[in-house]
Amino acid sequence: MSEAANPAISLEKSNADQTKNAKTLFGFWVYIMTDCVLFASLFATYAVLHRNTFGGPSGETLFSLPNVLAETLMLLTSSFTCGLGILAARAKHKNKVLFWFLVTFVLGAGFLFLELTEFRHLVITGNSWRRSGFLSAFFTLVGTHGLHISIGLLWLAVLLAKITSKGLSKNNLRQLTLFSIFWHFLDIIWIFIFTIVYLMGALGK
Amino acid sequence: MSKQADIIISEHEANEGSFRNYVSGFVLSIFLTLGAYLMVVHHSFSADKIVAAIVGLALCQFLVQMLFFLHLGKETKPRWKLFVLLFMIVIVLILVFGSIWIMNNLNYRMTPEQINTYLNNQGGGF
Repeated sequence: MSEAANPAISLEKSNADQTKNAKTLFGFWVYIMTDCVLFASLFATYAVLHRNTFGGPSGETLFSLPNVLAETLMLLTSSFTCGLGILAARAKHKNKVLFWFLVTFVLGAGFLFLELTEFRHLVITGNSWRRSGFLSAFFTLVGTHGLHISIGLLWLAVLLAKITSKGLSKNNLRQLTLFSIFWHFLDIIWIFIFTIVYLMGALGK
Repeated sequence: MSKQADIIISEHEANEGSFRNYVSGFVLSIFLTLGAYLMVVHHSFSADKIVAAIVGLALCQFLVQMLFFLHLGKETKPRWKLFVLLFMIVIVLILVFGSIWIMNNLNYRMTPEQINTYLNNQGGGF
């Protein structure tokens, strides 16, 4: 009997698919939550160490706020275009999916470029992680976020290549959904880095 | 895939977020970010007030993104994602505020004289 001839069987199959999808999504959600605990421990380390400058410069003199605002807006916009990409994927518009996720990739790469430029500048001017407890904590916290962004970009590049060559399969759609959760989550972590590290650092708190 | 299955899946996905959802989330987030940024740059209040305000704005943005980008409000019962999230928040609060509390306490109890005595007893300074 073909699938089309018996709706009951295909319905059962699609229900099973959906349960599997829901399980994968929930598992990924739990991973994201444990990643939050990792970031929380780094935030705690930063909060404890951020006054220990050992005679070196504090955040007040080191951070360039316009640069950080540009990074924040880029990441925020990439999170938004990622959402638009998901909507396009649900509507099965392959070209739109490729376009929005390409925009996401470019904005993410731009963010990473600005961050690495900032790191490079700090290291060249003698304010690397070896300078003080404050800078060690700063590089660990912001660097871990940057590492997550790099891994996300790699993942997105692989997904884009897969979609270009093989089209939008159910598998790819699930992967894109997982990626979007990861990307929104990194954006949320960045809000707290922006507020606690950069803005509060600029206020000298 | 049969038509019926298509219908079920699209119904399931319809409540996971719409274009309007993403746009309102994005616009709100931009406003909250710029608000916090301008407050710090213009420095119009005392630093303590600004810190309280920007932490408040960050928490608002956390809520906005959870609702509009991650569609947490649209989860149906049983709300396992929400439970895991709340458990995570409890752990994070204990971890962060516990660390700050303990380390400040240590700082407070370890006066400079005590550190010197301790180092002398160890047989040397730095």
